[in-house]
Amino acid sequence: MVPISYYLILSAVLFTIGVIGVLVRRNAIIIFMCIELMLNAVNLSFVAISKHLDSLDGQIFVIFVMTVAAAEVAVGLAIIINLFRNKETINIDEVNIMKW
Amino acid sequence: MDLAIPSIDIASLGPELILSIAAILVLMVSVFLPKERKDPACYLSLLGILFALASSVTLWGKPKYAFNNMIYVDNFGLFFNMVVLITAGIAILMSINYLKEEGMSHGEFFALILFATVGMMFMAIGSNLITIFLGLETMSISIYVLAGFLRERDRSNESALKYLLLGAFSSAFLLYGIAFIYGATGTTDLKGISVFLSEATYLNDPMLLAGTGLLLVGFGFKIAAVPFHMWTPDVYEGAPTSVTAFMSVGVKAAAFAAFVRVFSYSLWNLQPDWVLLMWILAVLTMTLGNIAAIAQTNIKRMLAYSSIAHAGYIMVGMVASSELGISSILFYMLAYAFMNLGAFGVIIVFERKGEKNLDIEDYSGMGFKYPALALLMSIFLFSLAGIPPTAGFVGKFYIFGAAVKEGYIWLAIIGVMNSLVSVYYYLRVTVVMYMNEPVKEFTGITWSPSMVIALIIAVIGTLLIGILPSPYLDLAKQSILLMM
Repeated sequence: MVPISYYLILSAVLFTIGVIGVLVRRNAIIIFMCIELMLNAVNLSFVAISKHLDSLDGQIFVIFVMTVAAAEVAVGLAIIINLFRNKETINIDEVNIMKW
Repeated sequence: MDLAIPSIDIASLGPELILSIAAILVLMVSVFLPKERKDPACYLSLLGILFALASSVTLWGKPKYAFNNMIYVDNFGLFFNMVVLITAGIAILMSINYLKEEGMSHGEFFALILFATVGMMFMAIGSNLITIFLGLETMSISIYVLAGFLRERDRSNESALKYLLLGAFSSAFLLYGIAFIYGATGTTDLKGISVFLSEATYLNDPMLLAGTGLLLVGFGFKIAAVPFHMWTPDVYEGAPTSVTAFMSVGVKAAAFAAFVRVFSYSLWNLQPDWVLLMWILAVLTMTLGNIAAIAQTNIKRMLAYSSIAHAGYIMVGMVASSELGISSILFYMLAYAFMNLGAFGVIIVFERKGEKNLDIEDYSGMGFKYPALALLMSIFLFSLAGIPPTAGFVGKFYIFGAAVKEGYIWLAIIGVMNSLVSVYYYLRVTVVMYMNEPVKEFTGITWSPSMVIALIIAVIGTLLIGILPSPYLDLAKQSILLMM
């Protein structure tokens, strides 16, 4: 049996990849995908911990997270499409009317 | 495995159910309404808010767990419910004419405000991290859409995109924090966590501490604490003004409700670990918010930085976290709701289509041309600055008083110094209104009845709480008496 720490480390690595992706990529959709990666990394943690502790809470949480992520994607893509209609770009460096 | 079906106690979810039903009705009704005649939809949503308020009042004073301990309907949660309901009501009153002027009068707007409010209420009454997370996301997703509601306008678009990307980013951190807490304590139930921690002999579990830190990041983002505040000015500036008013109060209130419940109750045994961090965050938030506000020329942006500073003041109450500290947070939130909504209301009245009249300079000479409007603006700004006899003064007084009582004297001193700095930029608007010559022609302003009602409610709230604070403070004290 694979020990739980393996799962947690994998999840941490995936989460970190997601964070780095959000920070360095400039395409709104790819940033969005990286956020999904972060959410799914957390899901992996939840499931592993849930199995380890033999409690169902974590798995239920995962189902909620997936639902929320789907809703977020729907709204997010709508906003990005709208942005493309207005500016013909989804590069976030060009979305900079407001800055201090 | 034994699956016990929990008893279903619909009554304890009264306010949330009423509001959800009202939101769905608004969506359905607005389909059949002709374009640009969506008034019935907004009256329906106001009606829903009134019923939800009434239903919250009936639940007052009878704290109980419901839905298998997923929610805990106590006075603390109900108090925040009422604050966000009042906020939503005033925001809707302010939106009616604003949306018509922008040519975006759609029923969905009101439905989204109601859905966001439902999310906020779930954050306030949630007694399980699952409920709190779901409430937070319900609220956030609705607000992403609201921020981008003026979809043909670049700024509104940009604001929605920034809020969405950063909001989702921070939710992931919050979620990771929840996963760690779950891993370390074996439960997502707030009470369970608190019980686990009070029995645990070893509190330095790295997983637990990492989870606490990540939760702090997630909540810090939602309340706009420095250094997680970078989105605030851009989002507040670009979003439709009535949405800015709604989110600057509602999101903050709901996030603080959950923040206080999780940190000052559930993770109380870790208080020695997080209090220093919170102290530093409070000082940074107050200072940076106030200093950056000085340099702003756009009034919405200035109020965005001021709202960051106010989050800092409220965090002072969380550092103190005594009974007085928490009740002063509640009191401050109520006061802040009225004064901030009022200030944004005046901005909406004065704003012209296409983001005109949003610079502080545009306000010059307004005191002579529109004395009533200028007087209202001055009252709200004095209150935000914390000058007696307004609500803001009393709120700050209690918060800093609580900090001194708990021994955080330096924190209180820094807080008071910050509020002195804030007087400068709030008064600058007043000075511009009364002492400068008009720089350009004023176009006539239109007073819509709904806006007048909203402003009257806000100004009465601001002054009443400032002049007769004790009933409201008692209310706040009552709210935390039976907490958990």
